[in-house]
Amino acid sequence: MAAIHLSGLTKDYPGGVRALDGIDLTVADGEFFALLGPSGCGKTTLLRTVAGLEEATGGAVRIGGDDVTRTPPGRRDVAMVFQDYALFPHMTVADNIAYPLRIRKVPAARRRDKAAETARELGLGDHLARRPGQLSGGQQQRVALARAMACHPSAFLFDEPLSNLDARLRLEARTFLKRLQRDLRVTTVFVTHDQAEALALADRIAVLEAGRVRQTGTPTEIFRRPANTFVASFIGSTPMNLLPGTVERGGGHVTVGGVPLPAGPARAALTGGEEVVYGIRPEYLTFSGTPGPGGGALPGTVTVVENMGSTQLVTLEGPAGTVQVVVPEDTPAEPGGAGYAVPRSDRVLLYREGQLVG
Amino acid sequence: MTPGQAVRTVLRYASLSLLLAFFALPLLWLAFAPFDRAPQIAVSLPEFTLDNFRDLLDNENALRSLRNSLLLAAGTGAVVVTLSALAAYALSRVRLPGRDALLYALLLLSSIVTGTAAMVPLFNLAYELDLIDSQLGVILVLSGGLLPSAIFILKDFTDATPRSYEESARVFGASPLQIMRHIVVPVIRPGLATIGVWAVAQVWGNFLIPFLLLRSPDKSPAAVVMYTFYTEGGQPDLALISTFSLLYSLPVVLMFLLVSSRYGFRFHGGIKR
Repeated sequence: MAAIHLSGLTKDYPGGVRALDGIDLTVADGEFFALLGPSGCGKTTLLRTVAGLEEATGGAVRIGGDDVTRTPPGRRDVAMVFQDYALFPHMTVADNIAYPLRIRKVPAARRRDKAAETARELGLGDHLARRPGQLSGGQQQRVALARAMACHPSAFLFDEPLSNLDARLRLEARTFLKRLQRDLRVTTVFVTHDQAEALALADRIAVLEAGRVRQTGTPTEIFRRPANTFVASFIGSTPMNLLPGTVERGGGHVTVGGVPLPAGPARAALTGGEEVVYGIRPEYLTFSGTPGPGGGALPGTVTVVENMGSTQLVTLEGPAGTVQVVVPEDTPAEPGGAGYAVPRSDRVLLYREGQLVG
Repeated sequence: MTPGQAVRTVLRYASLSLLLAFFALPLLWLAFAPFDRAPQIAVSLPEFTLDNFRDLLDNENALRSLRNSLLLAAGTGAVVVTLSALAAYALSRVRLPGRDALLYALLLLSSIVTGTAAMVPLFNLAYELDLIDSQLGVILVLSGGLLPSAIFILKDFTDATPRSYEESARVFGASPLQIMRHIVVPVIRPGLATIGVWAVAQVWGNFLIPFLLLRSPDKSPAAVVMYTFYTEGGQPDLALISTFSLLYSLPVVLMFLLVSSRYGFRFHGGIKR
């Protein structure tokens, strides 16, 4: 087991594309760490650079204190699980799991025992003689995990571990993966573009955009206090409402679309008259059909109502722009009707020039 | 069915039968003539005998030529499969400027290398390299002619092998040759089998190159030796030719059946998972 330190890690591709731009990250020993970002943000390149499949242009990779920046992948003592699992189609499950041991010249009998033991731990005991093609997607994933576990690496690297599973299986595999990592306590870095997956699995998350780390933190920190508008709009199953506003004199309120709204926890750091972005998650807005007595409600016309099962997502068009509100399933809301959204003041986030205030 | 339709149906089947007979007669001759006491150039029901085979087995020259054919075919097959696998893997994994142009140019030129057009330069080249009357020379020339097409077909198989297989093995510490042996070769095995069979069949039937480069009759393959089967009277020895032809075609047919049942022939890559 080992911690992973990345310092100033840069990767340039021929042709002038900079995939990684000075990445500094520390993954603690035994931590379950997510690299999260949209397609093309460099998260997979980063993982492959840690694995040694890509060579860094600048900066350093340390695993367990050793500088491995120029070490070939096979001598970094990491195991990687690929997005397509990369199970060898011509080998049985047992041979697949034992392959890392075969490379290390472990005697055949010991390999067989180890493969059988690892397979049993992951509930694959009955499938040892099968070929990967005869297994379901979830079983294939567990074979890939077993193969990674069999060589007892100091770190696991997972590339989009759940993306090849269908939606129902994905939830099951997510819980399984989290429990497995808890039990093994091996430093694990995984890549995902799915913010829900990152929030659910990881101990800590790094959000990447265009080859740079935009924020690192625990899932709670990232969800509650996104450090910039990019993270704010990327995290959350429904994107945060980000509305242009002006701070009122005294700093207690922000005027958004002509309506003064409470400035929330950041009020002490504001100066009157400055332009800010008013951020509030759809879950932290209360919807009603009438303005209500207290004021401080964003008015609008209901344009779309999306049923999400136990909740509904209501889209309002008003002077402030488009506002989305998550409302309980039994709240009456009809397209064309008037609606008012009241923010929960302790959940208001303000952004000055894209960065979180306060 | 109207009379007009009936006539059309009859005509259609009659013409199909003629076409079929055209292709079937030579094969029928090959099946019957070896067992005939007095084989003719026409197909006839044989007056059954196995004497022709006994004569053939006594013919030292004929048997040696089959052994020579086997040597040339196996040698060329081995060279072509090994080199084309390495080349196809490298070409599909290493970015090389002008790679595709190179491949197409080779493919175009390869039909010339073993063709009649290059007869004289080939002979000169073999002469300068001291490869006249050497079976190694024949193997090298034939391999050179077959390699481009073999690489072209195999590259499709290596291209279709996901890189993640190799990368996965690399992370576990496998060396490039281990990756080739453990992962790439087994995954593209249907392609290798196809190339091997194709190369062997090409060499087995090749007349020109061994005829050109080999001098001594005891090194000549079956395709060349068959050309010398005449009776003392200068007539083609039909009994010997037909019997020898049957024996000559059997190994290739058996090889096709064996490989086809084990791997199936495929001329394109793609992983069945």
